[in-house]
Parts: sequence; C-alpha cells; structure tokens
Amino acid sequence: MDVLRVQDLKCFYVVESQGQQREVKAVNGVSLNVKKNQVLGIAGESGCGKTTFLKSLLGLVRPPLRCLGGKVEYIGNGKATDIMSLSKHQHKELMWEHISYVPQGSLSVLNPVRRIGDTFESFIGAHMEPSTTKHQYEELVCSHLEALGLPEDTLRAYPHQLSGGMRQRVTIALATILKPHLILADEPSTALDVVVQRGVIQLLKDIQEEQQNTIILVTHDMAIHANICDRIAIMYAGKIIEEAGVEEIFSNPRHPYTQYLIGSLPRIGDKAHRISAPGSPPSLSDLPQGCSFHPRCPEATDNCRKEEPMLTGIGGDHRVACLSLTRGDFNADQAQVALDQ
Amino acid sequence: MPTRHKLLSINDVTKVFTIGGGFQRARLKAVEKASFALEEGKPEIFTLAGESGCGKTTLAKMILGLLEPTDGEVLHSGRSVQDLVKGDQRDDFNKKVQAVFQNPFETFNPLRPVDTYLLETARNYVTGGSNGASKNAVAEALDLVGISYSLVEDRYPHEFSGGQLQRISIARALITAPSLIIADEPVSMVDASLKMSVCNLFKVLKEEHQVNVIYITHDLATAYYVSDRIAIMFRGNIVELGPVNTVLVEPKHPYTRVLKDSVPEPDPSNKWSGRIKLSGFEERDFMRKGCKFAGRCPEVKAICEEEDPPMVAIGSGMVKCHLYAR
Amino acid sequence: MLRTLADMMNQDKRFAFGFTVMLILVALAFLSLFSPHDPRQWNVVPRDRPPSTQHLLGTTSTGQDVSWQATWAIRNTLLMSLIAMLSSRVLAIVIGLLAGYSGGTLDRILMTLTDSFVILPLLPILILVASILKQSLSVVNLGILLGAFGWAWDARLIRSQVLSLREREFTYTAILSGMSTPRIIFREYLPFIFPLITATAMNNMLWAIGMEVTLAVLGLVSLEVATLGTMIHWAVNSQSILLGMWWWILTPVVICIFIFIALYMLSLSINEILDPRLRVQRMTK
Ligand SMILES: Nc1ncnc2c1ncn2[C@@H]1O[C@H](COP(=O)(O)OP(=O)(O)O)[C@@H](O)[C@H]1O
Ligand SMILES: Nc1ncnc2c1ncn2[C@@H]1O[C@H](COP(=O)(O)OP(=O)(O)O)[C@@H](O)[C@H]1O
Ligand code: SF4
Ligand SMILES: [Mg+2]
Ligand SMILES: [Mg+2]
Repeated sequence: MDVLRVQDLKCFYVVESQGQQREVKAVNGVSLNVKKNQVLGIAGESGCGKTTFLKSLLGLVRPPLRCLGGKVEYIGNGKATDIMSLSKHQHKELMWEHISYVPQGSLSVLNPVRRIGDTFESFIGAHMEPSTTKHQYEELVCSHLEALGLPEDTLRAYPHQLSGGMRQRVTIALATILKPHLILADEPSTALDVVVQRGVIQLLKDIQEEQQNTIILVTHDMAIHANICDRIAIMYAGKIIEEAGVEEIFSNPRHPYTQYLIGSLPRIGDKAHRISAPGSPPSLSDLPQGCSFHPRCPEATDNCRKEEPMLTGIGGDHRVACLSLTRGDFNADQAQVALDQ
Repeated sequence: MPTRHKLLSINDVTKVFTIGGGFQRARLKAVEKASFALEEGKPEIFTLAGESGCGKTTLAKMILGLLEPTDGEVLHSGRSVQDLVKGDQRDDFNKKVQAVFQNPFETFNPLRPVDTYLLETARNYVTGGSNGASKNAVAEALDLVGISYSLVEDRYPHEFSGGQLQRISIARALITAPSLIIADEPVSMVDASLKMSVCNLFKVLKEEHQVNVIYITHDLATAYYVSDRIAIMFRGNIVELGPVNTVLVEPKHPYTRVLKDSVPEPDPSNKWSGRIKLSGFEERDFMRKGCKFAGRCPEVKAICEEEDPPMVAIGSGMVKCHLYAR
Repeated sequence: MLRTLADMMNQDKRFAFGFTVMLILVALAFLSLFSPHDPRQWNVVPRDRPPSTQHLLGTTSTGQDVSWQATWAIRNTLLMSLIAMLSSRVLAIVIGLLAGYSGGTLDRILMTLTDSFVILPLLPILILVASILKQSLSVVNLGILLGAFGWAWDARLIRSQVLSLREREFTYTAILSGMSTPRIIFREYLPFIFPLITATAMNNMLWAIGMEVTLAVLGLVSLEVATLGTMIHWAVNSQSILLGMWWWILTPVVICIFIFIALYMLSLSINEILDPRLRVQRMTK
C-alpha cells in the first residue's frame, strides 16, 4: 500500500542575477511511490537536489523555490491528499500528526536559549488532549526519551550542554514522539562520529520497526543506505536515475552512474583499486542536453546527447533512466509500465 | 660516522590547552605522549584516525611547527621542528613538509584568486622570483592533479567545486616537491564520486614520487584503502598503532573494535548486527585518571579506572591497553 | 573609481543621501575661504537681524553673520573630527593588529591598556582634561585629544577579527606558501579588516563631533574658534531662544543633525558593501 505518490514533480529555484532570470532545476520531473512500512533511501552527490526534493514533498515550497508542475499525494485514512492544495491550517495538521521532518543540520534547530523540556512542551503541547495532566505528559516524554537512551536530565539541559550526538537524538525524539506515519530525515547522521552515527541510525530503524511507519532517509553515504534501507533511489542532477530494492541496487546496479557509485565504495579488508566517475556534476541551471550524465558517461552514444532517458522498469521492481538499457527491449518496458500503473 | 636520522620522529609529544580564564580555568590535554616515526627513504602513507576532537589536527599542527608542543619534541631529519621554524629555517623546512587541509573552501582566502597561493609557493620556495619559471612550476604541479593552469588563472575559490579546490590545494603542496605531506581530513568534505580520485592521487604520489603522506581521517574505510600503517587516537592518546592489515582487520584495542564495528559496510547482506550502547553525557573522558576509554569499554577491569595503561608491543604493532599488559 | 561611486549611488539610497549631504557640507566648508569677515571678530555686521537677502541666515547678538559663521564652523568641526578619526584609526590599527597577531604577553599588556580605555568614563575625564587645557584646545589639539581617547573599542574589534582570521585555514595556507608575517597581514587580512576600519571611521567621526559639541556647550574649549559646538554655546549663552532668534540657534543644530544622519547612513551602507561575507555572496551570483 502506498503512503506517498509523487508524479512528475518539478520544483525549480527561480533566481535573478544581473537582471536575468535563471532556473535552478533542483527537482526536475521526479516520479516515485513510497510504500507503507518501508525505509526508502535517497542517495546522490551534494547539490543534486535531495534536500529540495524533501522540502517539496513537505509542501515547503517558498520563493525562490517554485513548483512548476507535478503532484505530491499523501495517502492516509483511505483518502489521498494533494499536499500543495492544502490551506495553511490543514497543512499544519497533516504535518505534525502524520508527517514529520528532521531537517538537514538539525543540530542547530533547537532553540539555544530554551531548555530541551520547554521545546518539547511547546512542540507537543498543542497536540495533547486538553485533559492530559502535567504528570501524564511528563511520563510520555520521559519514557520516549528513555527508549532512545537519553537520560531524564536531558530535559533540563540547554542545547549547548549536550554533545552533537545527543542533540541529534533529541531532534529525532521530537520528530517521532507523536508517532507520525511518515518520517523524512535529511542527512541525520552526517557530521556525527561513526559510533554515534551507528547509534542514531539504529535508533531510526528501531523506531520504524516499533511504530511501523515509513521513513524517507536522505544521505550521501551509500554504506548507511545498505544498512537500513529497503529501497534506494539514486538522484543525479535533479532526477531519479535508478530505483530498486537495496540488494538489487548493490548487487546489480544498471545505470553507469550507480555503477561508479557502488564500485568506488571502499571496504575494510579489500584493497582492490577503485575508480570514481570522471568529471563533476553539471550545473543545475545549465543542464546538458539529452541525458544529464552523458558528459561523464563511458557508454554515451550520440543518442544520449539528444534524447532524455525516462525512468523505466527493467523487470522486478527495478527502474532505470538510461538509454543504453531501455533502448533494446522496448516491448518489455511497455509491459512493465503497464504493470506499474 | 653519520647517523641515519628518521624522516620524522615524534617523541612523547603532549599539548595542553588552557581553556576559559580567571577562576574557571581548565586544562585540556588535547594530545598526550604521542610517539611514532616515519623512516627515511621508505615512503609510506601513515593514517591518524579517530573521532572528532581526539587531537588529530592538534598533532598535525605540531608536526607542521604551527603549534608548540607543551612537552616532548617533533624531529624532522633529526632536528627539532620548533628550532627550525623559530630560527631562520622555516623555508627549508616547509620546502620538505607541506600540508593539505580539510575544508577546501577555507583553504584559500575567499577574497583572493586561488592561483596567488600557488604562485607565492613557487616564488618563495622554488624559483626565487622569476614569473615565467613560477608559472611553469605551478602548471607542472597542477598537471599532476589533472587540472590545467588556464582553468585556475585569476579565478576565485567560489568558482570551483569542492573537489576541484581540494585538488588545487594538493597541487599547491606539491610545488615544492616535498618529502612529506600532512593531509588533514582531505576527503571529508569531498563528494563520494571524487573521494577515491583524491585517495588514488595519494597512492600515486607515494609510489611514483616517493612522497610520504600523513593521512588524517575519521573514515576507516578510506584509511584501509590508502594507507600502510595506521594509528588510532582516542581522547588525545594513540591507543593502537600498526599496519592497517592487522589494526583494521584484527583490531586488538577495545576502542578500535568498537570503532570498526560502527563503520557501516556497503553491503546489504552484511548489516550491523548486535547493538551498541550510547552513553549520555559523553564529554567527561578527558578528565579520567586511568584509561580514557574505561567509561565505555566493554572489557573494563578494575585497574583500568586507576592506572594509565602502558603501550605494549604486540607483533608488528602497539596497543595501549591493560588487557595486553604483562 | 567613479563608476563604482555611481553604481553605489544608484544601488543604495542611504549611500546616495549620505554622500550628497557630505559633499554639500564640504562645499560649504570651502566657501569659508571667501568669507568677507574674520570669524573671531565681533560686531562686524549689524546685530540681531533676521534672515534677509543681505544676511541669508540673519546675524547674531555678537554682530556676526550666521551664514558665514556656519561655513567656518562646518570647516572646523569637520577638520577636528577628521583629525580625531585619523589619529584614532592609526592607534586602533597598530594596537589591534599587533595585539591580535603577536599574542602572548604583548597582547595581554596591550589589551589591559585597551580595556582600561574602554571602561574609563570618558566624558568626565575629557571634561577634566579640557578644563585644564581649556584655552589651548584649538581645532587640531582637540582633534588629537579626542583621537587619543577614541581608539580603544575599535582596536578591540580589529584584534578579535585578526584572532579569528589567524585560526582560519587560509592563514596556514599562506604560511605554508612562504608568505612573511607583514605580507600575510597586508595581503590576507586587510581585505577583511578594511571594512571594519571604514565603518568605524564614520562612527568615530560622529562620536568626535558629539563630544566637541558637548564640551563646547559646557564652555570647555577655546571659544573664539568657530565650530558647530561653539556656535551653539554662544547662541545658548546669549538667550537666543528667549529672544526669539531661532535662526541663530537652529542653524548649527540643524547642520549637526544633517551631519549625524549622513555619517550614520554612510557607515551603514559602507559596512554592507564591504562586508566580506556579502561580498562573496555577490561574487557568487
Ligand atoms: N535558496 C536557493 N536559491 C537558489 N538555489 C538554491 C537554493 N537552495 C539550493 N539551491 C540549489 O539547488 C540545488 C540543490 O540543492 P539541495 O537540494 O540542497 O541539494 P542536496 O541536498 O542534494 O545537497 C543546488 O545546486 C543548490 O545550489
Ligand atoms: N586552540 C585551542 N584552544 C583550546 N582547545 C583547543 C584548541 N584547539 C583544539 N582544542 C581542543 O583540543 C581537542 C582536540 O582538537 P583537535 O586536535 O582539533 O581534534 P580533531 O582534529 O581530532 O578533531 C578538542 O577537544 C578541541 O576542543
Ligand atoms: S543514458 Fe547514455 S549517457 Fe546517460 S547514463 Fe545511460 S549511457 Fe550514459
Ligand atoms: Mg542537502
Ligand atoms: Mg580536525
């Protein structure tokens, strides 16, 4: 069962510089379905549009970001809600009860001059039954914190008294205390030490298993994806260029970019020579014609310089946007497309 | 009879910072009795690894003569680095020892074109002023990292990607043809797809240009990939040291084990198993009397809380842990 | 140079306003060269006349022409604040850079000195010094005196800026590129410190003018020198308000207000234009 359906979403930053309008195509025609009770990972180099994609999923589309097409539908309680069509109030309701967001760099999200406990209170206070006593409320918060391995003192501390790892756990605690159906986490473990990183990622996974919710996890670290995701979508220059189950992506990457990405991952115990993709990603305001990866692609043909590849099923649950793969067996694709719909 | 000096030898180096002022003064041992050495004529890539705040950068700055050790000494070819940089031999020293820093966007002044640094380096150390010769030296170094001079000329840092800047920064360090490069987290801010090309560059430098590299990182997987030997640091101490093949494959120190277990494997069929315990307020380890890891160590013994463990030689490596003390 | 100026005039209204006002004031100051009267002499024109075509801003009870007197006052006040600003800039830069880059004992000594100047109650001390020196407090001397008291806070700013620059990675790159200390300071740091110096320069001029007016109103400077402060002093002391001679008191007061606003606007906009972070942002666009 799907909880989220994204159809051909296009969100661009429209910026003006030196009197000229420029479009930064950060989310450039993304289609994606997210199933219930699943961890979906989104991977890609910095600047490829991951954060922008999450923001547009949340309907946080404010200038200079503009939505130029497509649809984001959230499915809950048997009905589909178009997130862009909601009023401010409805949007707020939906956000805290069903979707929560752990923003990138969330270490700085906590108000530095308020105690953690106060932040919790103002955050969830509005969503409690009016009859909840202070005692019940405190019990709820404390038991939630305890489950995340945070001592009760944390509530009385100011953010600066906590280490980076603890602050990150606090923001995750905030995001999960209302048991949302869908959690969007943007680089939740980047900038943390490996040991703490493992703790934070495990924590997310535990919460997901216990609360049976869906997580969309953005990180550039493929090894993290391997450890907690069920499905992975690879983003390149504002587009999803490959999407499949986690085992499939790692054992059978099909897009040349994904192949480089997986092939260049270093592992302890393996000194074999690794090479990374040549060149660097294109500017999102000046994309190359055809496939945006073609200037770096070893398999590019003339066709790749003209035609834009579409994300197409190649069997199983595996979708790839690469002309070299989808060109040959066109009929099989059509069948797959029909199945997908 | 001339004695053969080690290229670099670090002898019981300690750095104490005093933090705060007035009555709230506290002493923080950022690096405590660190020792290791690099041999002359046997180029290697030596990794210093550990979590952030464990003292890696502080140690690097002491090796570069940018910070003065509180205790102990850093010797370069048998001569104290502090004497070299305080006397009139800073230039001689920097000709042989160069550095690459973590944040490529901070390595160069945002208000000045990047090539000024490359030209300065060439002028001050290699060509002694001649403009044409300096440009040639710069172009040669840029060539090694795969960037053409015309791409760099008169361009400001913001006009480059992080990966490009990091390679320009390495090129700057190469201009003087140094025998040692200290690279402080050179890939931690570089994208995955470029990480390996920087790592491969270090390997080429070692193998084809006889450059020693001290590679500082918190990423054990790239450390394993590039380096020959590794030292693991924890709260200012080197707790384990030896060839990467033993230290990272069969870690001996409990901390190295925890660290290695926490590194995610890029392999969905080999996910993390078991759980780890995260402590609450983590920052008190610096003040411990005995082993700094005692508070989190799964194998802690009574003696660990009381006495600082000795450095014990095992096989080709060293471990600072009571479990191995005789 | 002229192009940048024109650009700035176009882009920033505050800059345009401040710059135009200052330009007009400087022009007025130059007019003093053509003054038919000696500003020190009394009773050179009929007394107590309201503004007329002959005396554009009227005359005073001391028999001086207010408009010509004002040109002298503007000239002397601007000159005085310029001297105060320049001398305090020199002190602030030297002490700030030295303390920031050298660190250690020298830093501690210099900062103790700076801190004492920061916390000293300046006004009472200036009043004391001025009442001792009173008659010798000419334009130049007053400027130097104010300069000697006005550097401390800015030296502190410069020092802390240098301290933070010293810890930035590009400083290490510069050292490893073989650049000497003076070269690092002038090539690497000055672009960051320069905006600080210019912005605080305007503020410092504002402060010096404020101080001059205060001391003059209290009668603690050489009163025969025409400055905005002494003009106000004479006007107040001769009961100009009671006598309804608004032209006498309002002229220096309004000029003061214009100078204050103009300098303030200039400092705001220069601060913004030269802010290194914003500069990088603009370059990025
Ligand atoms: N406010 C903004 N205005 C203009 N461009 C922006 C803005 N925010 C981000 N961008 C650009 O959009 C692209 C995608 O950014 P982002 O979604 O943050 O990428 P990621 O999270 O994958 O690193 C980048 O090229 C970035 O420069
Ligand atoms: N100049 C300084 N003054 C005071 N403390 C410092 C200074 N530089 C580093 N430290 C402290 O020393 C410890 C080690 O820092 P550092 O060497 O930068 O660690 P790493 O590079 O391993 O992250 C940290 O706790 C840090 O806060
Ligand atoms: S479409 Fe062409 S250029 Fe793009 S990835 Fe596939 S083969 Fe390479
Ligand atoms: Mg992002
Ligand atoms: Mg560091």
